[in-house]
Amino acid sequence: MTRNRRILVAVGGALALVAVVWGINAFGSKPAPAAPTTTATAAPTETAHITATLFYASSDGQALVGVKRDVPLASGVVEQGRQILLTELQAAPQPYIKVIPEGTALRAFYVTDRGDAFVDLSPEVSRAHPGGSLNELMTVYALVNAVTTNLPAVQRVQILVDGKEVDALAGHVDIRRPLTRDVSLVRERDSTQDPKLKTKSK
Amino acid sequence: MTPRLPITRASAAVVALFLFALPLLPLAQDNGAPYTLLSRDGRRSIPIVVNGGRELIALDDVAALFSLMVRGDSLAGGFTITYRGRTVIASADQPMASVDGKVVALPSPVVQAGRRWLVPVEFLSRALGPIYDQRITLRPAARLVILGDLRVPRVSARIDSAGPPTRATFLVTPAARVTTTTDSGRVALRVEADALETTLPPSATGLIENIHAGDQPDTLIVALTRNAGTPRVQIVTADNATRVIVEIPPGVEPRAPVSQSPTPGAPGTETPTPISIRTPQTIVIDPGHGGDDLGVKGAGGLEEKQLTLDVAKRVRSLIESRLGLRVIMTRDDDKLVTLDERAATANNNKASLLVSLHANGAPSATPAGAEVFYDRLDREGEAAKQAAAAQATTLPIIGGGTRRIEIIPWDLAQAPHVEASDVLAGVLEEELRKVIPMSARPRQQAPMRLLSAANMPAALVEMAYLTNGKQEMDAGTDAFKNNVAQAIVNAIVRFRAMTEDRETP
Repeated sequence: MTRNRRILVAVGGALALVAVVWGINAFGSKPAPAAPTTTATAAPTETAHITATLFYASSDGQALVGVKRDVPLASGVVEQGRQILLTELQAAPQPYIKVIPEGTALRAFYVTDRGDAFVDLSPEVSRAHPGGSLNELMTVYALVNAVTTNLPAVQRVQILVDGKEVDALAGHVDIRRPLTRDVSLVRERDSTQDPKLKTKSK
Repeated sequence: MTPRLPITRASAAVVALFLFALPLLPLAQDNGAPYTLLSRDGRRSIPIVVNGGRELIALDDVAALFSLMVRGDSLAGGFTITYRGRTVIASADQPMASVDGKVVALPSPVVQAGRRWLVPVEFLSRALGPIYDQRITLRPAARLVILGDLRVPRVSARIDSAGPPTRATFLVTPAARVTTTTDSGRVALRVEADALETTLPPSATGLIENIHAGDQPDTLIVALTRNAGTPRVQIVTADNATRVIVEIPPGVEPRAPVSQSPTPGAPGTETPTPISIRTPQTIVIDPGHGGDDLGVKGAGGLEEKQLTLDVAKRVRSLIESRLGLRVIMTRDDDKLVTLDERAATANNNKASLLVSLHANGAPSATPAGAEVFYDRLDREGEAAKQAAAAQATTLPIIGGGTRRIEIIPWDLAQAPHVEASDVLAGVLEEELRKVIPMSARPRQQAPMRLLSAANMPAALVEMAYLTNGKQEMDAGTDAFKNNVAQAIVNAIVRFRAMTEDRETP
C-alpha cells in the first residue's frame, strides 16, 4: 500500500513537473524534458528548476534586460511566482545591476481570479530606494515584467508595500493600481554581453 | 346578495380606475429632457419619463423607434421583445433582463405603470443592443442614443477669454476634418461627421452672442455681436484631437464678408489692441521632493530637493517679470509635501499648466541627459474616463434653472489633458535640447502619480542625472540652472501660443 502510494506520488510529481515546465516554456526555446518514468524518486521541488526571464539593469544602467535564470520549480502559479520573485530579489548575475533596493523582502504573493497578481514587499523597497524616475521605473517594471513574462496566467501586477497600497515607491511612478507588462525600458539584447542571454520581449 | 352586487362592481371599478391612474399621475407629469436617437435616417426624439429619480423610456416608444415586436404578459408580470428571432424578456420591478437567455443587469428596475411598461434608458444599450442588428451606443451626458456606426465626435466649446479680443476654443475628439466659413456676423464650423455631441457655453461672452447648433447636424454656429470685427480662425490637429480656435477682435469698420482665414494675424486692417481685462493665468511649478525626502543624492553631495527648489524659484521670477503671469509653487522652502497636496495646489488654483521639476537617478553612473515625462493612462484609466464622462449630474443654480456638471474622479483628472500634456512635453523637450544635453529617451509617457491627478496639461522634467559625476557638477552651476529655467519659460510661452493662438511662431 505504502509502496503503491509512493509510486503514485512520484508519477504525480513528475507529471506536475512536466506540466509546469511546459507551461512556462510554452514560447521558449527549450524542449520539454524527457517523458517521466516511474523510476523518478527524488522530490521534484528539491532539484528541478525552470528557466525564467528575470529583469535587471544593463551594465551601463541605461535599460532593463531580460536575463534567463534558473528558478526552483514549484507547484502552482502562486508558488512558482513566489520563487521567481525570490530570485529576482537576490543579487543580479554579473555584469547586470539589481534594481530592487537592498534588503527588500517578499512578504506575500498572491493571484486573484481575474489574473491580477499582488506582490507585497517589505518597506525597504521604498525606504532604501535611491530615487529618480529611471531607477523607480526600473524597480517597478522589473517586478511587473518578471511576473507577467513568466506566468502567462497573470496579466497585471499590483505592488504593495508592507501589505498596503501606496502612491509610489519614490515619488514618481503611480502604483496605486495594477500595472500591465511594459517593455519600453527593456533593451532587446544587451549587446555588450553574451549573445546567448536573450531577452524576452514582444 | 343581489342588491349589493352593483355597489361592489362600482367600487371595484373605482378602485381599478384609481389603481390604474395612480402610477400614471406622477409619471405623466414628470417628463425629463428627451434623448435624441441618431441614425442614418436622421434624428428622432425619445421621450423620457422620470420616476423616482430614474430616467425611463416607455416601451411603446422603444418598439416604435426600433421596429420591435413586444408582447406584454400581465399574468406573469413581464414582457417579451422579439427581434429577428431573438428575444429579450423582462419582469416588472426587476433590475435585469434576459437577453437571448443571458441575464444582463439594469441600473434600475423595469416599471409597470398600468398598461404601460417603462424601462431604464440603459435598457437600449444593454438589453436591446445585443440582439439588434446595429450597434446601439448610449451617451448619457449628451442625451444621445446612436444607432449604427455613426461618426459622432464630441465637440466641446469654451470661451477662453471675454476679451476683446474674445477667444473661443472648440475641441473635437476624436480628430475630424473641420472647415470654417466666416460671413456677416457669424462663424460656421462644419465637422466631417454624421452628427456632433456638443457641450456649448450657455451665455453671451464678450463679442460672442452665442454658440449654437447649425441647420445641419454637423455644423456649429458662433454668432457674433454687432461690435465684432473680422474673426480669425486657427485649426490644429494634434494626436487624436482637433482644436479650432476662433479669435474675434473688436470691429472698427462695418463688417465685410470674408472667406476662411486659416492663418492668424493675416488680414489687412490692424485693430488697435485694447487693454486686456482677462484675469491672469496661473502657472504651477512643482519643485520635486523636499524635507525628509531628499530625492536623488549625487556622489558630490548635491541633493535633488535643493536643485528643484532652486530652479523653480528661477522659473518663477522669470515668468513673473517677463510674462506677467501668476506663478504658484507647490513648496517654496525645504519641506515635505505629499503628491496629492501638490496636485491640489494646481487644481484648486485652476492652473493652466503644471511643470514638475526633478533630477534623475540611474543604477550606474553612465546615463546622462534630461528627460520629459507626461502621464500614461492604462486601459482601466480609459474605461474609467468614459465612465466618468457618463457621470454628469444636474445641479440647481442661483436664480433658477439647472446646470449639468461632469464629475471626474480625482485620480483621473489628467485623462482629458493627456494630448495637450504630450504637446507640452514636446515643446519642453525642444527648448531644453537647445541648452542642455538630452538623454536617449528625451520624452517618455509613463504612469506618473503626480501628473495623473492634475486637471490641466502637465509634464515632469528630469533635468539631469545626479548619479553621473559630470552631470552633477554641471547641475550645481548657475549657468545650468538659469539655462533650464529659461528653457522652461520659453516652452511655456510656446505652449500658450500654440494652445491659445496668442502669438505666431
